[in-house]
Amino acid sequence: MASKVIHAIYTDDDLLLQAVKQVRQERYHIEEVFTPFPIHGLDKALGLAPTRLAVTAFLYGLLGLAVAITLMNYIMIEDWPMDIGGKPSFSFFQNMPAFIPIMFELTVFFSAHLMVITFLLRSRLWPFKKAENPDVRTTDDHFLMEIAVADHDEKELSKFLYDTGAAEIKLIDKE
Amino acid sequence: MSHYEAPIRRPLVTGNKTYHDVTVDVARPVEGRANKSWWIVFTIALVAFLWGVGCIIYTVSTGIGAWGLNRTVGWAWDITNFVWWVGIGHAGTLISAVLLLFRQKWRMAINRSAEAMTIFSVVQAGLFPIIHMGRPWLAYWMVPIPNQFGSLWQNFNSPLLWDVFAISTYLSVSLVFWWSGLLPDFAMIRDRAVKPFQKKIYGILSFGWSGRAKDWQRFEEVHLVLAGLATPLVLSVHTIVSFDFATSVIPGWHTTIFPPYFVAGAVFSGFAMVQTLLIIMRKVVNLEDYITIQHIELMNIVIMITGSIVGVAYITELVIAWYSGVEYEQYAFLNRATGPYFWAYWLMMTCNVFSPQVMWFKKIRTSITASFIISIVVNIGMWFERFVIIVTSLHRDYLPSSWTMFSPTFVDIGLFIGTIGFFFVLFLLYARTFPVIAQAEVKTILKSSGDKWKRLRAEHGDDIDHFDTVVREPLANADAGVVEREGPSTEDKHEDTVNADALGLTEVQKDQIDEMLHRIGIYDPAVDQADDLQKLNGVGPVVEQHLHQVGIYKYEQVANLTERDYELLESIFGMFPGKDVRQDWNSRANELKNKN
Repeated sequence: MASKVIHAIYTDDDLLLQAVKQVRQERYHIEEVFTPFPIHGLDKALGLAPTRLAVTAFLYGLLGLAVAITLMNYIMIEDWPMDIGGKPSFSFFQNMPAFIPIMFELTVFFSAHLMVITFLLRSRLWPFKKAENPDVRTTDDHFLMEIAVADHDEKELSKFLYDTGAAEIKLIDKE
Repeated sequence: MSHYEAPIRRPLVTGNKTYHDVTVDVARPVEGRANKSWWIVFTIALVAFLWGVGCIIYTVSTGIGAWGLNRTVGWAWDITNFVWWVGIGHAGTLISAVLLLFRQKWRMAINRSAEAMTIFSVVQAGLFPIIHMGRPWLAYWMVPIPNQFGSLWQNFNSPLLWDVFAISTYLSVSLVFWWSGLLPDFAMIRDRAVKPFQKKIYGILSFGWSGRAKDWQRFEEVHLVLAGLATPLVLSVHTIVSFDFATSVIPGWHTTIFPPYFVAGAVFSGFAMVQTLLIIMRKVVNLEDYITIQHIELMNIVIMITGSIVGVAYITELVIAWYSGVEYEQYAFLNRATGPYFWAYWLMMTCNVFSPQVMWFKKIRTSITASFIISIVVNIGMWFERFVIIVTSLHRDYLPSSWTMFSPTFVDIGLFIGTIGFFFVLFLLYARTFPVIAQAEVKTILKSSGDKWKRLRAEHGDDIDHFDTVVREPLANADAGVVEREGPSTEDKHEDTVNADALGLTEVQKDQIDEMLHRIGIYDPAVDQADDLQKLNGVGPVVEQHLHQVGIYKYEQVANLTERDYELLESIFGMFPGKDVRQDWNSRANELKNKN
């Protein structure tokens, strides 16, 4: 079913932020906002839930630590314990000081890479992905707000957006 | 609003930049063509790189005997170069991660290039241990994978294996940090690209970045967490590199001071390399408005402080050697300062400890020439530091009968020169194809730290929002009496001197003309006398009429026109004198104005 949206383009970040607040106050539904750079406070103004990527990073870090411990315990203690320079490897805890550097490195390795992979997948970013910003100027100096028309009056909505300071207003038929 | 910054802070972005100016300035080197000097430097770097490739092939096919190593000095240039390159890499992470955690905004102009430098220099560093293996195709033996030799595993007690993990983690995490920050900037270049090929390439590189509000929220969180991870990581990397030496029982190596001392030295040499690269780059790609003298000064201060830390470490080493009462230890340091390699030791001392102290003088640390020279001197000094630590500790060992000297062969030298060439090949290619400034980040600080807004705040006070690029003021603000509303709701409120009705302009263009007139000055027919604009190059009756239509009557106004205004006039009038004709208008108008 085709749905109608309005693209309102702003030329200033402070204006956009103000407009977002006004639009939400009037109970219009903002579908999406495209900006050329992160705007401080925009996620709160839009009512976006906080991202949990930092939590995933912590969990991935724990995974990395577990992998490092398992790996070195298996290799150095269980599979083939050796007496290197009069320092036998028979117990994980006695040998652990030598394992700490790699435990740390693998924690960071897993945490950083898996978090970034999660970010890319959640935001649907990968090579050969087609960009979805409706106007090329939104990566330069323009700010685009997409508002669902739904059953509001188009004229009234346009007038309202115009008064919030939008420089351009376009009615789009979405597939 | 939230853009307040204390007026005492100097602007980080100069040149009256707007958001669009940032875009244009960052995209320019990518969209333009390489000039002659780029090709000359690139060719030199490529030749050096190819020489290095030749030396690698020679080493691998002949054996490590091709190097100047002997029975006593078993480690020399290869490890010196390795440590030197790894150390240089550290500044990139320090700038992008540590300065991010400390919320230092000046990092934004330099972090992209510093991170690029990190990645390229760690690549150079990684080459040396791999070549030193002799059979580099067996390098995968460093990775703990089940193998056909039974239970043959790596020795996880060895700092050399820790190094493998540290360097690979460092390289890969830095790459990811760098690339994820590049996505919005690649997207900017993609959206400006005109040719389909460029659009395609930058589309792939940008991973289809669209700039949704949610994406930005995640983007910022990811970068904060990555900075938090990269900060201990960068400290761990050079710590582990120093363990390669500190865990041995060689006098001069077996010291607990090594980890902090190596990390400080790494930051020191890395900042010097960033300084060298950026002083050249800001000039070549015209980024003086973003990488300002203030940036150079701040980097010089970091160089001075880390150089002093390194100096303290050198002296501590000497004192502890004396205090330890261990004769071998004492001799190792006596030999460094007065033995056959005394020149290397004092070169190191001069370059690293004494030379950065001149930065105490503001005149010197704000001088581009002095900064450039000292950055080179520091890099030479830091190379000699590693040489002194490695070679002078080894060449006179416990057994005087095996004392010897080290002299590099042409292969040693060729490998080193080759990595310098390789590094510059990568960096020069980067400078032509990548957005060299994190423009999305710079745009976030433009209103707080850009000189344009700083000036507006100085003129109008801190509490007022300055939507000076704004075309349409929101109704709510006009009702509240915050600002005077301009635009179509007060239809006739355009400048009186503009007679553009016949041109069929849009409201936006009319507003732009008003904005331009406010900047260049308004012609007041009651007081002013119209000047003869036909005296300007290429201005005939038609062009003069055009200028009158948009309200330009005086030389003074013409003298104030900027490139942006010319672009506006070009877009309004199809027929308007081109760049080559109008380039002397400003200066000519100035002359004529003063003659009146």
